[in-house]
Amino acid sequence: MTRSILPILTVVAAIFVLWYGAAVWLNAAWAHDKAGRAGVELSFGELVADTWSQDKPKLPAPHQVAVELWDTTVEKKITSKRSLIYHSWVTLSATLLGFALGTVLGVGLAIGIVYNRVMDMSVMPWVIASQTIPILAIAPMIIVVLNAVGISGLLPKAIISMYLSFFPVVVGMVKGLRSPGVMQLDQMKTWNASASQTFWKLRLPSSMPYLFTSMKVAMAASLVGAIVGELPTGAVAGLGARLLAGSYYGQTIQIWSALLMAAALAAVMVALIGAIQRVTLKRMGMA
Amino acid sequence: MSRDRGDTGVTTETVISAKGLNLTFQTNDGPVHALRDVDLDINKGDFVSFIGPSGCGKTTFLRCMADLETPTGGSITVNGVSPEEARKSRAYGYVFQAAGLYPWRTIGRNVSLPLEIMGYPKSDIADRVQRVLELVDLAGFEKKFPWQLSGGMQQRASIARALAFDADILLMDEPFGALDEIVRDHLNEQLLKLWDRTDKTIAFVTHSIPEAVYLSTRIVVMSPRPGRITDVIESTLPRERPLDIRDTPEFLEIAHRVREGLRAGHAYDD
Ligand SMILES: Nc1ncnc2c1ncn2[C@@H]1O[C@H](COP(=O)(O)OP(=O)(O)OP(=O)(O)O)[C@@H](O)[C@H]1O
Ligand SMILES: [Mg+2]
Repeated sequence: MTRSILPILTVVAAIFVLWYGAAVWLNAAWAHDKAGRAGVELSFGELVADTWSQDKPKLPAPHQVAVELWDTTVEKKITSKRSLIYHSWVTLSATLLGFALGTVLGVGLAIGIVYNRVMDMSVMPWVIASQTIPILAIAPMIIVVLNAVGISGLLPKAIISMYLSFFPVVVGMVKGLRSPGVMQLDQMKTWNASASQTFWKLRLPSSMPYLFTSMKVAMAASLVGAIVGELPTGAVAGLGARLLAGSYYGQTIQIWSALLMAAALAAVMVALIGAIQRVTLKRMGMA
Repeated sequence: MSRDRGDTGVTTETVISAKGLNLTFQTNDGPVHALRDVDLDINKGDFVSFIGPSGCGKTTFLRCMADLETPTGGSITVNGVSPEEARKSRAYGYVFQAAGLYPWRTIGRNVSLPLEIMGYPKSDIADRVQRVLELVDLAGFEKKFPWQLSGGMQQRASIARALAFDADILLMDEPFGALDEIVRDHLNEQLLKLWDRTDKTIAFVTHSIPEAVYLSTRIVVMSPRPGRITDVIESTLPRERPLDIRDTPEFLEIAHRVREGLRAGHAYDD
């Protein structure tokens, strides 16, 4: 354990050093400006202190973001519109719904591709094409179109999440369902196994490591999708809304705290899938 | 052909019959004649070994019997019906060259897999798994995963899996190829005992002359390009075969004939 902790701490420390240094460097101009207008000369110590405590810094210092995070999570009621937990939940719920939809769609398409020759030939190019369209271009259209038919709120964002997250699942599951070797399939044939028996007893279990790996990618993509889905409509709630509002009003501290929150959410969700993966594969004797 | 079964005295019934069997693979380098005009009858209770240089079509022939390969000419029947019907009635157990156990299933659940697929009742499955694992000396290993076992034990488990259901025919493709001499001797002895006790019909592919002679009632010598049968040698050894029968003059005489047969096949090739 200690062997893995030390390198991690080293990297974290390096990041903080760089971050504080960059804050001084990027915010120095504004500090000098202010001092010049007030007609005072800044010592190095004063300069550093100023760059680490501005209201709207170009790059907020880590402790400023930490304080903002503390204020907007622990200090606020969860129901408050200013609570980051509330906004996180808005984004997370869309993420999870989109992830679930994307996984189901991805697995479904993969089964179709593996079992149906026509789908094998026709679907994959479309799946790949769908991902070459920039999500930022297509997200507003999805939101607008769905709004026009009276669907708003969670579902449009979840659909954008799904749009991003089904792709890794399709690719991973096609590979996974095709991973049994010729011999294993021949074996099934000698036992005169039906197609569904071959699926449940051979193809699906073989694909499990692939499924979990692609679900981790899908979860991260799903979160990006939900946040992007909150940008174009000027949504009032969610991490995307916080990012947008922050950039309107130059609230860099708010932007960074929302970014960190998003990163933390993604890390937790991916770690959760990793844990489920370990338990499942261990029980299956595959880890 | 028909033949006396010595100890039982019952005349024989043909289980596998190939007549003018041909199989040509179309490959990018042109056609490959894996089997050319193969004629062979295997009788009930026979232990037939197939021996011959690499690429002579041993596996292909076995796969034809198992309906894993479709002949391009001639005819083949298994239990009097087409290989496909025989496969669908689960007439045979097939042991592949590699053990091919499922890594996510324990040894016990690997052995029970064909039984689950064939719809055996739950209580019956447990009994059968127990019984065949004892048969291959793996009792007590049912909770272990394949990777926790040695290669030889895995191969034994895969044999147990082929024995778990009531198929009268056993098709084995170099099942002991990857094992060391001692384990191989041991499994040969056990296979022979099993065959003697159960009256199964066994088709067995091997590269080892002593193994073929020790196990078989008949040895089929094949040669490549095109794959065909060049010799069929009837064994004169008794059914009861202790391991040291391999030092008797009779055994060595048969081994010598097999070797001669293999040489002849090679000469034809050159
Ligand atoms: N699926 C296939 N497609 C094309 N050619 C094949 C195929 N399977 C086998 N062959 C060819 O048919 C011939 C016979 O192959 P087979 O596997 O039956 O040989 P074998 O006697 O079992 O050899 P070995 O002792 O090495 O296992 C070989 O020339 C091989 O290259
Ligand atoms: Mg072979």
